[in-house]
Amino acid sequence: MIRKFALAGAALAATTFMSGTALAQTIGFSQVGSEGDWRPAFSANMQESAKEYGVDLKFANAQGKQEEQLRAVRAFIAQGVDAIIIAPVVVTGWDQVLREAKEAEIPVFLVDRDVDVEDKSLYVTRISADFNLEGKLAGAWLAAESLGDCKVVELQGTTGSAPAIERKGGFEAVLDQFPAMEIVASQSGDFTTDGGKKVMEAFIKSTNNLEGICASFAHNDNMQLGAIQAMKEAGLKPGEDVLMVSVDYVPAIKDALDAGEANASVELRSAVGEFIYPVVLDYLKNPTELDKWIVIPGDLHTAD
Amino acid sequence: MASTDSTAEHSAPGRVKAIAQSRAIWPLLALALILIVAGFISPNFYEIRIVEGRLFGNLIDILYRAVPTALVALGMAVVIGTRGIDLSVGSIIAIVGAVIVWRIKMGDPHVTILFTALAAGILCGMWNGFLVAALGIQPIIATLILMVSGRGIGMLINLLYGGTDPSFESAFLQGLSTGSIWLIPTRLVLAAGIFLALWLLIRRTALGLFVESVGGNAAASNLAGVNARVIVFVAYVLCGLLSAWAGIIMTADTHTSDPVSVALYIELDAILAVVIGGGSLAGGRIYLGMTVIGALVIQALTTATLISGLPPEYNLIIKALVVLSVLFLQSANARNAIRGLVSRKPS
Amino acid sequence: MNASAGPAARVEMHAIGKSFPGVRALSGVDLTLYPGEIHALLGENGAGKSTLIKILTGALDRDAGEIRLDGEPVDFRSTGEAQTSGISTVYQEVNLIPAMSVTKNLALGPSDGAFGIISWRKARAAARQKLARLNLDIDIEQPVGTFSVAVQQLVAIAHALDDDTSVLVLDEPTASLDAQETATLFSILRDLKSRGMAIVFITHFLDQVYEISDRISVLRNGGLVGTGLASDISRQELISMMIGRELGEVEATFAHKASEEKGTEKLVARGIGRKRTLEPFDLTLHAGEVVGLAGLLGSGRTELTKLVLGAIRADSGTLEVGGKDVGRNTPRQSLESGIAFCPEDRKAEGLVGDLSIRENIMLSMQAKNGWLRRVPRKQQERLASEMIDALAIATPDAEKPVRQLSGGNQQKVVLARALASKPEILLLDEPTRGIDVGAHAEIIMLIRRLCEDGMALLVASSELDEIVAASDRVAVMRDRRKIGEIAGEDIKRDNIIRMIAGEDGGQH
Repeated sequence: MIRKFALAGAALAATTFMSGTALAQTIGFSQVGSEGDWRPAFSANMQESAKEYGVDLKFANAQGKQEEQLRAVRAFIAQGVDAIIIAPVVVTGWDQVLREAKEAEIPVFLVDRDVDVEDKSLYVTRISADFNLEGKLAGAWLAAESLGDCKVVELQGTTGSAPAIERKGGFEAVLDQFPAMEIVASQSGDFTTDGGKKVMEAFIKSTNNLEGICASFAHNDNMQLGAIQAMKEAGLKPGEDVLMVSVDYVPAIKDALDAGEANASVELRSAVGEFIYPVVLDYLKNPTELDKWIVIPGDLHTAD
Repeated sequence: MASTDSTAEHSAPGRVKAIAQSRAIWPLLALALILIVAGFISPNFYEIRIVEGRLFGNLIDILYRAVPTALVALGMAVVIGTRGIDLSVGSIIAIVGAVIVWRIKMGDPHVTILFTALAAGILCGMWNGFLVAALGIQPIIATLILMVSGRGIGMLINLLYGGTDPSFESAFLQGLSTGSIWLIPTRLVLAAGIFLALWLLIRRTALGLFVESVGGNAAASNLAGVNARVIVFVAYVLCGLLSAWAGIIMTADTHTSDPVSVALYIELDAILAVVIGGGSLAGGRIYLGMTVIGALVIQALTTATLISGLPPEYNLIIKALVVLSVLFLQSANARNAIRGLVSRKPS
Repeated sequence: MNASAGPAARVEMHAIGKSFPGVRALSGVDLTLYPGEIHALLGENGAGKSTLIKILTGALDRDAGEIRLDGEPVDFRSTGEAQTSGISTVYQEVNLIPAMSVTKNLALGPSDGAFGIISWRKARAAARQKLARLNLDIDIEQPVGTFSVAVQQLVAIAHALDDDTSVLVLDEPTASLDAQETATLFSILRDLKSRGMAIVFITHFLDQVYEISDRISVLRNGGLVGTGLASDISRQELISMMIGRELGEVEATFAHKASEEKGTEKLVARGIGRKRTLEPFDLTLHAGEVVGLAGLLGSGRTELTKLVLGAIRADSGTLEVGGKDVGRNTPRQSLESGIAFCPEDRKAEGLVGDLSIRENIMLSMQAKNGWLRRVPRKQQERLASEMIDALAIATPDAEKPVRQLSGGNQQKVVLARALASKPEILLLDEPTRGIDVGAHAEIIMLIRRLCEDGMALLVASSELDEIVAASDRVAVMRDRRKIGEIAGEDIKRDNIIRMIAGEDGGQH
């Protein structure tokens, strides 16, 4: 007990000192896990930027398990945190625990994925990137670059995954506006470099060396990097012969953009603390009804 | 082969029957059928040109892409021959990839890195072999340990030594994977060499006989003086070594280490290749050549569905159907049932 | 069929015959069971005990003969039918699920409830009732695995018994019980007997036979040797019935070597043994000598040969082969020092069924050569065909999978493998088990021929005739102990039987 007080005191002193405000807000954050490259970067950014905003962040890694996540959220409620941020593992099964949070008068914010609850008032808002918008951005850039006339090969993400479905949907929505734009081949490269390379190799053969193809759209940069390798090995010039557009903006694609082998990449931000914390802190100061979805913009990056 | 001819007495029906009963015929037939169907889908499927100083075309692609799976499947065939299984092959590939990037960042000569990578695979195989042969843990559980932890080990190596961008350039390693020798892709030459070496090891020493006898009846082999534990250990080490070769080729192919998703589910494809090639999970037999055919069937199927233009949702279903039919035709029970139906009809 | 004195027979089995492919398992066997008797069924491995029991309980069809139950001919097509008619069996391995409670175990299997639906209240009541029949008072909610083996055995018996049971067959029920547990079981068996049940008791412990049974039937090689009251048959007679023919029959076919003709010492075991497996023993094998290993089932014959081979790890003693101390050897090291072995259980320990005859014959020789020096295919084929000719193995060619051969030919392949490794010492465990008469004689002759050529042989056998016919010296086993040796002219059936029966001190 004494130790707990001492710790709380130290934390209080530290945050007070750093932020300069009278009292730090305590926020619980339940993260999905640490899979891939993007999510650990996201977690790290949330923890680092918490200091800048004077937030005492209680971080809980659910290791991909919903029951772990439910346990973490209930622990936050029991600790009486000021707000809870959840990056849900799955969309269903949230009604009960969110009701418990509401009864405890703790506001809940969603980041990244959505939840499926009947009563939308159980959470304040969802703050996340819009995969669909990313697809639209890529499509819009391509439409502008090709003047609305382009045959596209598409490297899909893992079949059935939300980013794959949404990015495809957004991209196609733009293409539908342009009669001369169409997707002529689309296969899954499973979000991996190896997968992207294999699929592009097959496309190269099935389209007679990408004859008449003006662009390659990949649901992530890793697959596009694989596609670039496949094209180079087939004697093609990615970025010149074919426009290369993808999503994520990972470090390796920056090099490819600089080398002129890729043309555009839509950023999926991992540094999202600066978008999330202001919304949460403002709400705690002044609880007003918010839109149910606040979109974190994804900038489109090109070579220059 | 000669003995079947003499019993069939050169009569056409006899020969047809002998061929139909041979296990080798169904995988080869499946491979031919897939290639024929692919030819209908894509008229220039069989075209082979010379691009960038090497042979280029779908048929070359199938051989080229089948190399990693075939190498892993050959190792798996030996392990399955001992009545074992190695689920950790994908993780070994992930570790090998991370080791390559680590040593490149450390500035080792690239030939040294090749041997370091192979040593990493051998070490993984020794670990599996130790668990199975020395501690007597069931193979599926023993190799599950490395299967689960291996990708984590790869990520850790990347985290500690690979930096934020675990990609690299290495003319030597990439040459092995994506280069070519006299128009032929280097990896095909490499794979042929490895196959030959393995074949000599299995069939020109007594290792093959010992593996098959241990897989067939470990207790009897032991009493006959075969050191079953050593044989099982060696099988897992071989599988680790072959997986390391696959890892080198895959890592050099994409010039990056991606422990999370590289060679995901390759253990399933490898097991499938062994089974399509006529191997039994009950152990006791090794068919090296047919295992390679099994890997080619899987890759031909993948390539054919990629160029078919079918939505990717169908790929997995088609793969399952083709594999199912090959296995069905290979099963003696199913063949007898069909024969029973056919012969009953006329009467 | 005049009714003899005493009660009417419950079960009459008459002239039962049964053949499996290549093996005559039973022929002309009679067995009669009376209410209120405990009937011991004795015989070595492969004598036909389990085949007879399986025919009685409907697990196997018979080829010949008839079965009457209370005078009515019956023809059970399944164990379920036999059970309904009151014949229940408890097998050697307890067929219970250790992790399940006693109640659940007792509710499984033959139950009178509706299919798939179990009322746990009824099941508990039924379980208590079943256990009460055996005066067994245990917590029925505990998993079966938490009880001692004896209690598990009793639960298995409770499982087999119901109100209608009139015949209970127990297959080696005391194999894994200690003296105390056996006594408990026996008191329950006596109680069941007093209630008029007919009990068939299969065992190889002779003491227990005399302790509990009223009558004894002995089977050998698929035939009935005899049936009689336990009080009428001496221990010596009983052993003779099990492993030897009547005294005074055919004599040995060769002159046993006198001890001074012994060759050099090939193998010397001093104090080799293993706790709970075999008491430490001394054994010497000479060149050009056959040592027979005699004893009843379970006396430790197989264990002794496996200790010499190193397949069972000794925890005491030393072993010298060819004058060199080999310490605690393994089968592989034994092979290198010139010891070859033919196991008793061909299927489980002898052959690799899917491999060809050639590959099976090659195995030991190749293991001795090492993996690097592969015997070339041509040489393999020559060796295999030589062995096939020498041992008269009946097969069209050497590439046939060995599992497709008959029992006798399989045994010859195991022998061929051992011989191909050019051993100086050959250990044979039951070399003639389950093979026909012709092959039997051939193998005995082969043993003598190998011996003449200077090989040292150890032959463990349950057939006393075989031991007498082939051995220059006989080591006798009883109760997991080597109790003595008999040499030269003293090798006679009655001498060996007397020694096994313990009526004559062993002469070292």
